[in-house]
Amino acid sequence: MKLKVGDKHQAVVIENVIRTHIVKYAGASGDFNPLHHDDTFAQRVGYPTVFGHGMLSMGLTGTFLTNWLGYGKLMKYGVRFTKQVFPGDTLTATGEVTDVKEEGGKQIATIKVITLNQNGESVVEGEAVAAL
Amino acid sequence: MADGFEFPVDRTQVMLFARSLLDISPVYSDPNHPDTKAQGGIIVPPTFVQCSAHWQPNYGLDMTRPLSEAEKAARAEAQAQRGGGGGGNLGRGLHAEQHYEYHHPIHVGDTLTCTTRPGERWEKEGRRGGKLTFSESISEYRNQDGVLCVTARMIGVQTERAVEQ
Repeated sequence: MKLKVGDKHQAVVIENVIRTHIVKYAGASGDFNPLHHDDTFAQRVGYPTVFGHGMLSMGLTGTFLTNWLGYGKLMKYGVRFTKQVFPGDTLTATGEVTDVKEEGGKQIATIKVITLNQNGESVVEGEAVAAL
Repeated sequence: MADGFEFPVDRTQVMLFARSLLDISPVYSDPNHPDTKAQGGIIVPPTFVQCSAHWQPNYGLDMTRPLSEAEKAARAEAQAQRGGGGGGNLGRGLHAEQHYEYHHPIHVGDTLTCTTRPGERWEKEGRRGGKLTFSESISEYRNQDGVLCVTARMIGVQTERAVEQ
């Protein structure tokens, strides 16, 4: 796969988040913070309902990156969590190539990543570097 | 946690984690698939090292984990040091940023050792959640040959109140 600056890729990473998605991530990852599965707890501390782990959004965006770039290519992947993901949300990830260098016969591509909810609000924003 | 703890990379764990991220690629489950063979065996999703939580002693985000008396005492001490009680801090702590550097592939069958050290700490006045206290922690995951596979940098934030939507 060859990339050039300005190349873009976009895909829906999850449609209509339900609590089962969140609970499944909790069980797999081991993060049982009740904010993510206990509505009573979430409401007691001021949230309207439970919401997804930031790492669920980052992980789904990671699936988007490996589907696009291939496996075992990432050198770096980092994000900021910019908004909570609530049940009912649909997330779309976009990657845009911002830099490409040739190094040792490989392309080192820097990719700006942003994942938006159905209202166009970003939930994660970050950057990945891949050796292709 | 200067000494670190062991985190075995288990095939079922990898499959469960990949499924939770809606990823059905055979590279995370089927050792005989050509794509998996091309990777030298079953590999792990980019954020997989988060699963080390299951093996982390005194992990703070599982209040139902059965604990030995010694572990209970250690957890109570850690909570006292943080100045919080019970699950009181859980509702105010959020994940602000997460960064990974990938140095060497991880395969099913590896045994990783995770060591974590604290990084920077800083405060900021937030618009949506009151005073924000950020703290950074850096974890290194080395395999059974001592090879550094992943460096993970986590930035957590304690908020004064629930973040406004």
